[in-house]
Amino acid sequence: MSKKLKIRLTFLTGLLSWLLFSFFDIYFILLKRYEIEEAYIEVVPQVFLTLFILSTLGYYRYMITKAESINFIDLLWRVFITGLITTMISLSLRFVFTLFAATSFIQNPLTVNFFYHIYVALVVIFLVSTFVVWKRLILYQKSKKLIQWWTAFEYTLVASLLFDFFGFETFAVPFNVLVVAIAVFSLILSLNLKWIAYLNFKQKWKSILFILLSGIYLYHFVLNLSIYSDTGVLVYDLFNRVFIISLFFFILIYAVIAVLVTLFNLPTSSVFERKLQEAVDFQKLSQSSPSGQSEEETYDILIDSAMSAVFADAAWLEIKKGDDKLETIRRNLNREEVGQIKILLRDSPLSDTIYLTASAKVLPSKSYTTLAKGDYRSAFAIPIFVKNEQVGSLVLLQSVADAFDREMMNIITTFVNQASVSIENARLLNDAIENERYKEQLKIAKAVQKSLLPSKLISNSAINISAYAMAADEVGGDYYDVLSSDEHIHKIIIGDVSGKGTSAAFNMAQMKGIFHSLALIDLKPDALILKANAALSNCLEKSSFITATYLEINTRLREIEFVRAGHCPTLYYRASDKSANYLSTKGMGLGIVRNSEYAKYVHCNALKYEPGDLILLYTDGITEACDATGDQFGENRLKEALTKNIHSIDNNSSIENIKNGIIEELYAFLNGKKLDDDYTLMLIKFEA
Amino acid sequence: MSKVDIVKNIEGDIYEVKVSGDVDASSSIHLDNALEEAFTAKEKKVLINLQEMNYISSAGLGVFIARLEEVKMQGIQLSFCELQPNVKQVFALLGLEELLSIYDSREDAISAYSK
Repeated sequence: MSKKLKIRLTFLTGLLSWLLFSFFDIYFILLKRYEIEEAYIEVVPQVFLTLFILSTLGYYRYMITKAESINFIDLLWRVFITGLITTMISLSLRFVFTLFAATSFIQNPLTVNFFYHIYVALVVIFLVSTFVVWKRLILYQKSKKLIQWWTAFEYTLVASLLFDFFGFETFAVPFNVLVVAIAVFSLILSLNLKWIAYLNFKQKWKSILFILLSGIYLYHFVLNLSIYSDTGVLVYDLFNRVFIISLFFFILIYAVIAVLVTLFNLPTSSVFERKLQEAVDFQKLSQSSPSGQSEEETYDILIDSAMSAVFADAAWLEIKKGDDKLETIRRNLNREEVGQIKILLRDSPLSDTIYLTASAKVLPSKSYTTLAKGDYRSAFAIPIFVKNEQVGSLVLLQSVADAFDREMMNIITTFVNQASVSIENARLLNDAIENERYKEQLKIAKAVQKSLLPSKLISNSAINISAYAMAADEVGGDYYDVLSSDEHIHKIIIGDVSGKGTSAAFNMAQMKGIFHSLALIDLKPDALILKANAALSNCLEKSSFITATYLEINTRLREIEFVRAGHCPTLYYRASDKSANYLSTKGMGLGIVRNSEYAKYVHCNALKYEPGDLILLYTDGITEACDATGDQFGENRLKEALTKNIHSIDNNSSIENIKNGIIEELYAFLNGKKLDDDYTLMLIKFEA
Repeated sequence: MSKVDIVKNIEGDIYEVKVSGDVDASSSIHLDNALEEAFTAKEKKVLINLQEMNYISSAGLGVFIARLEEVKMQGIQLSFCELQPNVKQVFALLGLEELLSIYDSREDAISAYSK
């Protein structure tokens, strides 16, 4: 059943019950008049009255919703309005009654009873609706125990409804016992007045007014009921109902207590309001960063809530932004005034905080001071820390002296701490977004750089080349390439740009451009290196240099010509004596000497190879790789790794297997430690 | 905490810069500042003492290389001494031994100045 239907149904039942109650009651009078005895008939109007009361109760239960902090006054307003309407109707009835008091029609018991029935309906409506409102108020922020008490109370009231069927008159002993019991119950329940604490000053006054007016209605109803009662012609007197009397008492007791408590709470309500505001402000501060508000909004909330919490007349908030720019937010102050007050406070205990030089937590005694002159006599300053660094200060001013105390300091400290967290969160979030963007860019850079390295190396009957490169960061400064001018002449380069990361990667790209240009020209290795140095000298920044080894291999003549430009020595494996040796040659890195003098340091070397010979080119990332103890992989280990893998039967002298074997050897040496430099490995094997 | 420690020591007309620790991309800025100070000092004999420098990365070497032109222009007599074996090897590989005045001992370096 929907709520709407329930409301309609209870309303209809109520109306019908009341009509039947009225009808049977009057019918009973008529029967009596004609002296017809019908024993059961006396119970019938009572049954319908009870039904009417229950329907009204049901109706208001559905009509009046649960109490929430905002609608206390609405609830009381409802009581006031219901009371007003019922009282108005009652007064107009009274008026009719007085007007025609002398007529026999009015003196007729039938008329009296009929009017009384309307009266009963009004009283029941007022009492029941007020009862439901009181219930909602009492059960605001209910506990389990309170619910138990209330249930017991409601059962007792229902019991009193049934009790009324016994027909005890007012002041009979069982009647009194029940009334007193319910009154005591009411008194206990009436001590639940939590809702009052949530009213502000104005609302408290309003509720006092409404409750007092309800009291007047109550008095008016009692008065009228007793007038009717005194006529002596009533068949059915409400005063004989325990339920109605109890309801009177309950409503009265709660009203009296509520008024008194509200009255006593009036002087403290401003303090409560302030505390509540502080809590709300605090919540605002703590929510300001996740809800995506900007830092500026956090500052505004902070300065405003701090000012209202300590009744400050003026304030300023100074904060260092991300780019170290100082931002000042002022309240009731202009720029000049802030400057003047800052000067006044230069020698005060507050100066560290104000001039943003506070190092650690500021002592409470250093938070507030009095000013000797000026519009403001009290000053209060608190530093704002983000990641243990003072990023700002909050200064509050009052026009009277000694306006600030330790209690206020605690509140402001809480505010400022929360604001710091919010600011820090906001900044971290920005950093995270920024970082994410950089990461994305680096991913692209990595992909681009990968495309700068050759995807395919030479593999034919005369020569086989394989390479492996890995950057410590997303991008690196290692470079290798192979270009063939014809099927016999192969130009090979390996290079290492100083530094690592993005700047090295850019230089590596330049190097590729230069190498590709120069390789097109038929240059001897030393001439090529000389030109490369000249070209790089113009485009490398001063502190950058490049080491490289350049080889030109002629497979027809089985000749190698090479230049070492400051690069790691080449490891040469000679198949004839099954041993590997480093080729010790002179040479200087590119970009170190940026003039023609460089020619003095370029040395071209030549050698002849035999099938089965092997060359290992590498960058210093390999030989300088350190294990956890700081021990370097070194040239000797590299040499051993090469010979071991060449001689290994498993490798069946496949160049890929040898390369992988050396890399495995390197990782076994590192034993889980991360490489912190770029490294490249290149193997050249000469076949038949 | 910086990985590198730099101490200057002026003896007569020799401006000595003692570098200790590891010089890499992040710590090389301190070395660069020290060199800036040394090369602008009135002493034209600058001795870089690397006795306690355990490691130098390519970025660290870049700091020296970047200033070679300035050294020549200003007529500074720049010498290096007491290189540890691994550092010495790095200098040698790059061809810096041919370019710079590198001495095994501090005494050799100082006596070379007076020649």
